[in-house]
Amino acid sequence: MENEKVLVKGNYAIAQAALNAGCECYFGYPITPQTEIGEYLSGEMYKRNLAYVCAESELAAINMVIGAVSTGIKAMTTSSSCAVALMQESLSYACADQIPVVLVNVMRAGPGLGYIYPAQGDYNQSIYGGGNGDYKLTVLAPSTVQECIDLTYRAFYLAQKYRNPTVLLADGLLGQMMEPAVFGPNPYPEVDNSEWALTGAKGRDARLIKSLGPNEDEQIKLIYNLFEKYKQIEDNETDWEEINTEDADVVLVAFGSMTRNIKATMNVLREQGLKVGILRPITLYPFPNKRLNELADKVKDFIVVEMNMGQMVNSVKLAVNGKARINLINRPVGQWLSVEEITTEAKKILEASYASV
Amino acid sequence: MQVFKIPESMKKDAKFTYCPGCDHGIANRLVAELIDEMDLKEKTICATSIGCSVFLYDFLNVDCIEAPHGRAMAVATGAKRARPDHFVFTYQGDGDFASIGIAESTHAALRGENITGICINNTTYGMTGGQMGPTTILGQKTTTSPMGRFVGTYGYPIHIAEHMALCDGTAYSTRVALDTVAHIKQAKQALKKAFQVQLDGLGVGFVEILATCPTNWKMTPDESHERVRTEMMEIYPLGVYKDITKAE
Repeated sequence: MENEKVLVKGNYAIAQAALNAGCECYFGYPITPQTEIGEYLSGEMYKRNLAYVCAESELAAINMVIGAVSTGIKAMTTSSSCAVALMQESLSYACADQIPVVLVNVMRAGPGLGYIYPAQGDYNQSIYGGGNGDYKLTVLAPSTVQECIDLTYRAFYLAQKYRNPTVLLADGLLGQMMEPAVFGPNPYPEVDNSEWALTGAKGRDARLIKSLGPNEDEQIKLIYNLFEKYKQIEDNETDWEEINTEDADVVLVAFGSMTRNIKATMNVLREQGLKVGILRPITLYPFPNKRLNELADKVKDFIVVEMNMGQMVNSVKLAVNGKARINLINRPVGQWLSVEEITTEAKKILEASYASV
Repeated sequence: MQVFKIPESMKKDAKFTYCPGCDHGIANRLVAELIDEMDLKEKTICATSIGCSVFLYDFLNVDCIEAPHGRAMAVATGAKRARPDHFVFTYQGDGDFASIGIAESTHAALRGENITGICINNTTYGMTGGQMGPTTILGQKTTTSPMGRFVGTYGYPIHIAEHMALCDGTAYSTRVALDTVAHIKQAKQALKKAFQVQLDGLGVGFVEILATCPTNWKMTPDESHERVRTEMMEIYPLGVYKDITKAE
């Protein structure tokens, strides 16, 4: 059964993968376009005698996750854009307290209430954070329903491995789409958390999980410790997909489900004789800065394609650091940019670029 | 002969940091004594809060997590759902429990979570220097109600124990004080009951503790306890507001 190919909707795929990954508690509040995750888990967790709580708000939900995970078990909440905004303070706490919460954000349109159209407007919210202070969330961006499964497994693993809150940043398109996928077994090992989890002070000293820095020295130490850990995450966990970059003059960069149409775009442009490749970050934090910078030694143009007003494009600019031209093709919300639209825009950009040489 | 001992659940080397005359120290000690007496130390998880009540974890020798402001009852809900065989309680101030955290407090009680909530009500935001809080009584002067709390601008204070008693999932809700030895003994019995209803799986046990804040009230410890006895008890009468273990 677990190796059988099944036709499954992205939201259900995430929910079932969380169960397979050993998620024992779910806390959530409904919001389109991710509500199916909670609906599915409410029944499934009841059957398994696991905890499912209809939280009174997203704010409560993320704090319930913090409470549950602090005791050493796996737990998650799922939500969408404007409601994830409500959780930002708690994510800052979870980073400072090193509590490995898992949060799934199935993005919808913003700002404000926005609408239930798919969008990718929470790149900045996920990467730079809406919470206070210096912290980083590990952020994974699936582009297919299969990756919704694979990266849910990885999210639980990385969260535990580094004791860092981890976000699965999907979008309404993925959440609501059905695709064939294989659940397989969860490929990751269990991480020992017996050194820090709050399980009652039995045969050991009492433990305290806190972020209050009672003095400057301790607060500075806490932050440097966090950033040593972030360096390890950057060294070990940066992941991306790269296609046809060996001879590329032009590299298309996209994340999440926008990746799907840039792959077809690349083929169209290649057929027309343009040397086009793709770099698709799978981890948005850590971001493949180094690889982008290396590619920029040969690549003349990067074209970032995203469903927002240009958010990841700034990360690409920083990574490339002036070594190549950075271009943006975007639409803020709604129908995903089609292959034809991206192809037409890309050709315009490239004509202008070459004319300027 | 009775020998005075520091409870096992209290840290031995902690330096006392509460202001002179503050009741937090007494409340902390009662909690520690009960954790010892009820043999709960090895299965206790405490969600502390923000404000002076956060310092509980400097004194209490049990596993603690510092919940964000107002979220202690949600954090406690998560911990208890994850570890139903553990003893989980919160220790919060009135601002944390009944202002910024009123939704979390109310809904934990409506869900009938098997957790215990302890709320120290001193009618002000103590740590930030004495601003108006949800329980600041009418007429009380604070740094943000310098003319006194009057309804036209500031609205009414909340009666927390009564509010919690209205929630169907609350098993026990009471208000106590720490101004006299007799009241301290009563408070300990109330806390014991609020712990026990959790252990019996009956729902939320809640104790509101009327407490002093001499520094911000600008009173001596004696004057502060006098204020608890007079002004505060008049508005916030001591008593049991709900106890589902007692037959109607």
